[in-house]
Amino acid sequence: MSTAPTTAAAAAGDRAADRAGEPPLLRVRDLRVAFPTAAGPVRAVDGIDFTVRAGRTLGIVGESGSGKSVTSLAVLGLLRGAEVSGSVELAGRELRGLPDRELAKLRGRRMAMIFQDPMSSLHPFYTVGEQIAEAYRVHFGAGRRAARRRAVEMLGEVGIPEPARRAADHPHRFSGGMRQRVMIAMALACEPDLLIADEPTTALDVTVQAQILELIARIQAERGLGVVMITHDLGVVARVAHEVLVMYAGRPAEQAPVDELFADPAHPYTRGLLDSLPRLDDDPGVPLHTIPGSPPSLLAPGPGCAFAPRCFRAAEASGDVRARCEGTRPDLVPLRAGRLASCHLPLADGPSGRPSRRPSDRPAGGLPDPQDPTPAPEGTR
Amino acid sequence: MILYLARRLVGVAGVMLAICLVTFTIFYLLPADPAAAACGKTCTPERLAEVRHSMGLDEPLWRQFTDYLTGIFAGRELGEGPHALQCGFPCFGYSYEYSLPVWDLLTDRLPVSASLAFGAALMWLVLGLGTGIAAALRKGTRTDRTLMVGAVAAASLPVYFTAVMLIHGVVRVAGVLPYPEYAALTDDPLDWAANLLLPWTALALLYAAMYARQSRSSMIEAMAQPYIRTARAKGMPERAVVVKHGLRSGMTPVLTIFGMDLGGLLAGAVITESIFGIPGVGRLFFDALQRSDQPVILGVTLLAAFFIVAANLVVDILYAVVDPRVRY
Amino acid sequence: MTPIPEAAPAALTKDAGDPAAGAPLLSARNLVKTFPGRRTRTGRAAPAVRAVDDVSFDLRPGETLGLVGESGCGKSTTGRMLVRLLEPTGGSVTFDGTDITHIGQRALRPVRRHVQMVFQDPVSSLNPRHRVIRTLTDPMTVQGTDPREARARAAELLEQVGLGAEHLRRYPHQFSGGQAQRVAIARALATRPRLIVADEPVSALDVSIQAQIVNLMERLRRELGLAYLFIAHDLSVVKRVCDRVAVMYLGRIVELGPRDEVYARPAHPYTRALLSAVPVPDPAVERTRERIVLKGDLPSPAAPPGGCTFHPRCPKAQDVCRTERPALLTVGGGPREAACHFPEAG
Repeated sequence: MSTAPTTAAAAAGDRAADRAGEPPLLRVRDLRVAFPTAAGPVRAVDGIDFTVRAGRTLGIVGESGSGKSVTSLAVLGLLRGAEVSGSVELAGRELRGLPDRELAKLRGRRMAMIFQDPMSSLHPFYTVGEQIAEAYRVHFGAGRRAARRRAVEMLGEVGIPEPARRAADHPHRFSGGMRQRVMIAMALACEPDLLIADEPTTALDVTVQAQILELIARIQAERGLGVVMITHDLGVVARVAHEVLVMYAGRPAEQAPVDELFADPAHPYTRGLLDSLPRLDDDPGVPLHTIPGSPPSLLAPGPGCAFAPRCFRAAEASGDVRARCEGTRPDLVPLRAGRLASCHLPLADGPSGRPSRRPSDRPAGGLPDPQDPTPAPEGTR
Repeated sequence: MILYLARRLVGVAGVMLAICLVTFTIFYLLPADPAAAACGKTCTPERLAEVRHSMGLDEPLWRQFTDYLTGIFAGRELGEGPHALQCGFPCFGYSYEYSLPVWDLLTDRLPVSASLAFGAALMWLVLGLGTGIAAALRKGTRTDRTLMVGAVAAASLPVYFTAVMLIHGVVRVAGVLPYPEYAALTDDPLDWAANLLLPWTALALLYAAMYARQSRSSMIEAMAQPYIRTARAKGMPERAVVVKHGLRSGMTPVLTIFGMDLGGLLAGAVITESIFGIPGVGRLFFDALQRSDQPVILGVTLLAAFFIVAANLVVDILYAVVDPRVRY
Repeated sequence: MTPIPEAAPAALTKDAGDPAAGAPLLSARNLVKTFPGRRTRTGRAAPAVRAVDDVSFDLRPGETLGLVGESGCGKSTTGRMLVRLLEPTGGSVTFDGTDITHIGQRALRPVRRHVQMVFQDPVSSLNPRHRVIRTLTDPMTVQGTDPREARARAAELLEQVGLGAEHLRRYPHQFSGGQAQRVAIARALATRPRLIVADEPVSALDVSIQAQIVNLMERLRRELGLAYLFIAHDLSVVKRVCDRVAVMYLGRIVELGPRDEVYARPAHPYTRALLSAVPVPDPAVERTRERIVLKGDLPSPAAPPGGCTFHPRCPKAQDVCRTERPALLTVGGGPREAACHFPEAG
């Protein structure tokens, strides 16, 4: 297996799986997506690599316009009118270049997706039972009755009360959280190996978000599902992800196991993002750090690092170094302990010289004191 | 649903009554005197007064109106004495021009207009929706642009122009079809269709163009919905995505205008019927206008209003069948 | 529409019990807002929705009160009633000693000078056809400021919110979301208000931009002595900017108190669940946190449960919770209040 240097992440991640002689569930290499516009191509995704293994969750984080959602749609081959290049392998099988008819057989069956807005993502004219059943019928050639039984079974599994009765209801009769459960039931009806969740809880209230995240975690544990969790919320990533990919302006900024990423981020953007986040357990007396400016245009990216104009490291650096940040695009390279960053001036291990707001040095009165001292198990249902 | 239907039917009755009253009042206020027309050319003032009296025109408005309404539901006697005419239920007045009750005229002409309307509707639906959907699925391509330019062109041609061109091209020059002359469906279906082919085409072309534009835009909107992406994401074949998920929501807005258009056409396509010499309701209306045949004008107006109101009701009910979010 | 008698005194006693409290800048007393049920196509009216149900609180000069809760809890409706964008169905709003609940638009004008609003979507809350200069000067000229003076102040205002005079001639669509929100804040500041009602001012913005706006609002408060009513669903942001917090659930305040107490020792089970549901961006913390996952969905505000409206989802609900509606009462000697039969702290 030949691996380009930039895909060292994938290589590192694969080592365990390779030993077992099995390709990873999903491997994406050098994915690029451009949307042609009158003003020229918009490079929404510009060279992304990642790997997802069974039973693991990859969190993809980024702000709006970072290309995280486009990445997921490109994996499923759902982008129309876009120029896509690179490689997408599902369990060792290359998906790029497959005719849509072949891809359709894999969508829903081997890899499924849920979306941000569960209201508009369900067809208003069909009952939820019908919408779950139709995919089952297409993929397994099942009859109407068998598919309906399956739909009811799935609704029950995702925690919808009275599933047999509710299957006959239309989406508008469900609350937001219940609709997202329906979406999950639909995505998992054909027993896929991979679930891509694109901001699945962003439109939901926080208590409902907790329910949905827990549901996904439970099903993942039961089925050994590989999950890609796309979100702008670093809190969600901290809760569910094993590995994290941070994206900025369509490019990878940093990729690391979740603990390492949050403990000491290597990329100045990750650091800035974490520092600018108000959190429940920080000290409100210390003002939030901010990242100056706003994200760059994807129409005509400059030659250098996309983050350089907003980067405090680049700003502090001397002429030569700074010229490199502004003139040469950094590759995603391995740094320490299973971590990759695309940065000419990565932050060193340990304290980065900026005031930390991490809970270890937080003053009294952070999170509510847990009454139950034991850590909450996966299923607190 | 039943409650809703009952309520809507009461509404329909109310609207019809209001239209009836308004039209009736307008005719009452018009300077034209139907009695003068009925009286004929050699009319003396005494004779005119007599006619007015026998037609009930010397009665106050409300009295004439209630008489008219009574006639609709129970029939009535028009005039007095030896000249009295029995106008049976439902009596919409009596045309002195044709010497026939208006209702008989209407029922006579209605199948003709219906033939024209339904045939044309079938044609424009196939042509218009086909073009619109095909263009929507190829949005932004050359095919799309060509189809839409064609639609704009067709929509901008007036019916009388298309009709005359059709007659000239197909009948006079090519000689493929005979000059249209209406034949009843019950007499000879083939002849019926052959003679209506040109009027259908003339009428359908205009509507097809409008429907192509309407269905294209609503289909594009439907195909851009997130649930279309969901259908693709769960692996539905593209054909099923378009037909099952796209068409159902894309064609719902078209349903509304179709109901209204068909309802309007059932009460006569004045221009098309006049050009092709089709003896339909529209033609009847046109002739009645020229001869100030007021009972006929009033009757056709009420018929047209009824079709529009009824079509509206049918569309609303169909809407509830198509879209489960609509509950009555 | 019978206000629960116990609720009003509860809100009042707090002022009496808190020696630091001066005269409140703004008081809401027993605010109620019902919306008629949406007419269906049958013409049958759905039952009326009580969006806000007996809400009382005070806001002191220079203080920031956070109004938090999930969608449909009535927090935005409450904010809109305070600035009279919505007419309250019941109750009263007092600003600086004047009852403004029912005064006419003319009499309201001097009050409007002092109470301004900032909305969630900055771009659509600015008139797209007006340049920034007009957006900023209009509120001043309405209040009778000399136009030349207003223009000078407009430039000053932009400076104050971190933009420059070069932005004066631009239109809203030429700004990014963060910049547009700065303009919206500058507009709110134009009349030198004493209170700004900010309805989800940062929730439409990206994380890195959110922090800029939060810091800006904090700086302005310090510099100008502003009071904020900060309406938000994001508890982490609210914790950052607020002195006191009111938690709303289904149209009512279920807990109200100083920020540190509410966040560290939430008294109401709903507050506890809400706080435990907020993810913390730290995997180590996330793994060890207690998490209370509420069962079921938010009930429809059109048909709220009887007794305590939270009881169907409450982990500690007893019989009394099903039958008796708890009043907002002080907990643990105050100054905190909670509407719960079995409050946590104490």
